[in-house]
Amino acid sequence: MAAPAVGSGGAALTGRSLQRQLQRSNRLRRLQAAALVAPLLLYLLLFFLWPIAGMLWRSIDNPELRQVMPQTASLIQGWEGQDLPDEAVLASFAAELRQSYQDKTLAVAAKRLAYESPGFRSLMFAAARALPETPEGSWRATLTGLDPKWGEPLTWAIIQRAAAPWTPIYLLAAIDHRLDANGGIVAAPADQAIYLGIFLRTFWIALVVTVLCLLLGYPVAYQLAALPPRQSNLLLILVLLPFWTSLLVRTAAWVVLLQREGVINDLLIKLGLIGEPLQLVYNRFGVYVAMTHILLPFMILPLYSVMRGLPPHYMRAAASLGAGPVRAFWRVYLPQTVPGIGAGCLLVFILAIGYYITPALIGGANDQMVSYFVAFFTNQTINWGMASALGAVLLLATLLLFALYARLVGIDRLKLG
Amino acid sequence: MRAKPWQIGMLTAVCGALLALGPVRSPAAADLTVTSWGGSYQDAQRSIYFEPFKQASGLDLIEDNWNGGVGAIRAKVEGGGQEWDVVQVEAEELVLGCEEGLYEPIDWSALGGKEKFIEAAVNDCGVGAIVWSTAVSYDADKIPGDGPKSWADFWDVTKFPGKRGLRRGPKYTLEFALMADGAKPSEVYDLLRTPAGVDRAFAKLDQIKDDVIWWEAGAQPIQLLGSGEVIMTSAYNGRISAANREEKRNFKVVWPESIYAVDSWVILKNSPHKESALKFIEFASRPENQSKLPNSIAYGVTNKDAAGQIDKALLQDLPTAPENLEQSLQLDTEFWVENTDALTERFAAWSAQ
Repeated sequence: MAAPAVGSGGAALTGRSLQRQLQRSNRLRRLQAAALVAPLLLYLLLFFLWPIAGMLWRSIDNPELRQVMPQTASLIQGWEGQDLPDEAVLASFAAELRQSYQDKTLAVAAKRLAYESPGFRSLMFAAARALPETPEGSWRATLTGLDPKWGEPLTWAIIQRAAAPWTPIYLLAAIDHRLDANGGIVAAPADQAIYLGIFLRTFWIALVVTVLCLLLGYPVAYQLAALPPRQSNLLLILVLLPFWTSLLVRTAAWVVLLQREGVINDLLIKLGLIGEPLQLVYNRFGVYVAMTHILLPFMILPLYSVMRGLPPHYMRAAASLGAGPVRAFWRVYLPQTVPGIGAGCLLVFILAIGYYITPALIGGANDQMVSYFVAFFTNQTINWGMASALGAVLLLATLLLFALYARLVGIDRLKLG
Repeated sequence: MRAKPWQIGMLTAVCGALLALGPVRSPAAADLTVTSWGGSYQDAQRSIYFEPFKQASGLDLIEDNWNGGVGAIRAKVEGGGQEWDVVQVEAEELVLGCEEGLYEPIDWSALGGKEKFIEAAVNDCGVGAIVWSTAVSYDADKIPGDGPKSWADFWDVTKFPGKRGLRRGPKYTLEFALMADGAKPSEVYDLLRTPAGVDRAFAKLDQIKDDVIWWEAGAQPIQLLGSGEVIMTSAYNGRISAANREEKRNFKVVWPESIYAVDSWVILKNSPHKESALKFIEFASRPENQSKLPNSIAYGVTNKDAAGQIDKALLQDLPTAPENLEQSLQLDTEFWVENTDALTERFAAWSAQ
């Protein structure tokens, strides 16, 4: 900054114009840098932030009823929740029910309503099929005559809630809660309260896998860092080989190894260690083994990169000052590798909580993680609200854990390589 | 600075992933695009339906394949860039898509009338293409003599010790459990429509909870059975016969109390090739063409006249063989359209306990 001004008319340049020139060139440089980064930023915005925002929005979005029955949706908002909605609302509902049945759009609305009360789908379709064009007496009598459920305020309360611009039901369901008849938040019944348990299971499996990776990966990384480059590079290739194999192939390979008549059971029986084959797969054990194997490189690589940079004379200094190998390791070496441990653990943990295919193929019914249910709601029942809500809760929980981690370990001590 | 080996590895991994996503092939403007389930099943369809239809009609037919889900259909219809004309769908996709107006109505007169087809194959929006079954299957080499004959035997872990395979999820599983508990096939869905019936099914499942290995993909039960991981499993009949033929296995299908369902051809809404699409479905529904399918894969056909033209030796392996059909139960699509979400949550809660 303080470079002497050298120009053709150096004396003519006042301090001010020099400053301006400097500012201009700085601004140019900043613009150039921004232009270079812009494609990446744009990419992140489009393919990372935008989908996440979309997911968060979908977890509270409530468009179905307003699309299919726009008039009823706006009219029913005026209902106070006492008795039944008045005749004008019911007439609009009846007309739009018949119309949407003819236009084949009713299924969308019926499906949305069934999320809050499973019988709603057939209730709507039965009414749509049977409703006359003009009421017999009043619409109230006509509807109630078809099914007594149309005479219950709860039925209309659900429709009213479904007509609001946004809904908390997906997020509530993702934490095992629901809305009761009066719109209060209550715990879901025991046979439907599954997601909190599944979140806990997801984090527990991820934690166990992270600890296993650390215990297995640390000595390997140490060895790699201690060897001369020629040998360590060769060994690194072995660590990296799994990277070049498809996740699905590695998962399937573990099934072959661990199954009842698989390689490991055969070997143990031949050695006479066991009489009966052990159940090694389709349970939690198999999930731990396969996930640890798949995620191990993500632990080893950051550890290795940190260890490689540590000057060896610190350990020698510790030894010359009288520390034994254990003490020297504990007090001198280990603290220096904390950034690598932090990075490795974070990488493995965050990858592990999103695992889907490995538990699906190797786990039992109670080893499935959150992603399994996200996939289920996305692909099979096409309930994107629920899939998004599970994703949103998982994201939130992960961010909280990350914040906790940043507080405890310190984000500046992270070293990814 | 030179790249570290692991950085090269990372790069390779990313490039590999991108390559795996693959170049997206966009079907050119063909006369007709037909989408089915891929694999050996579509190979059979190609030689029996697709190629002969091309020859006979002179139309340029191209194929695609998919893995199901009404969401995929919705995306094709609403997305505008129409690529698919005819799709083979499962019963649930037929009902849901029909209610949502995703399919063109079928002109049954062009197909020779509804009465030419078995009842389950007739729908306003689709024409039944095949009948498939899911049933108790076991390896006769591992259970010599009397094998299991019913779901009650499947539940009997003293008579047949060992693990059992079942599909993960409530569909089929609850039906099987009720039949194991003594319910007649004809009353299964009436029971499941009551809370007490659902409780009864879950209580029955409790009895074998520790003995079940849950499978996910259709190919898994064959692998589980072949590797001796399970002593018996529920499985799709076509894959069992295929394993027997191609891998010289001795797997048996237990037809009593099996569940069957129909896959159907549909024409997507606003297809620009509606007429050719109907022509193709008509061609694929002719008895002389349908009757060739069981030679390649053991699924039943839907045209009543086709059944008579099928080789007697093959007939006994098909879900539609009269003696197989009368002992089995048709999947109640309406029930599952209505109850999948609630029962899946309950199933997940049950399995986590």
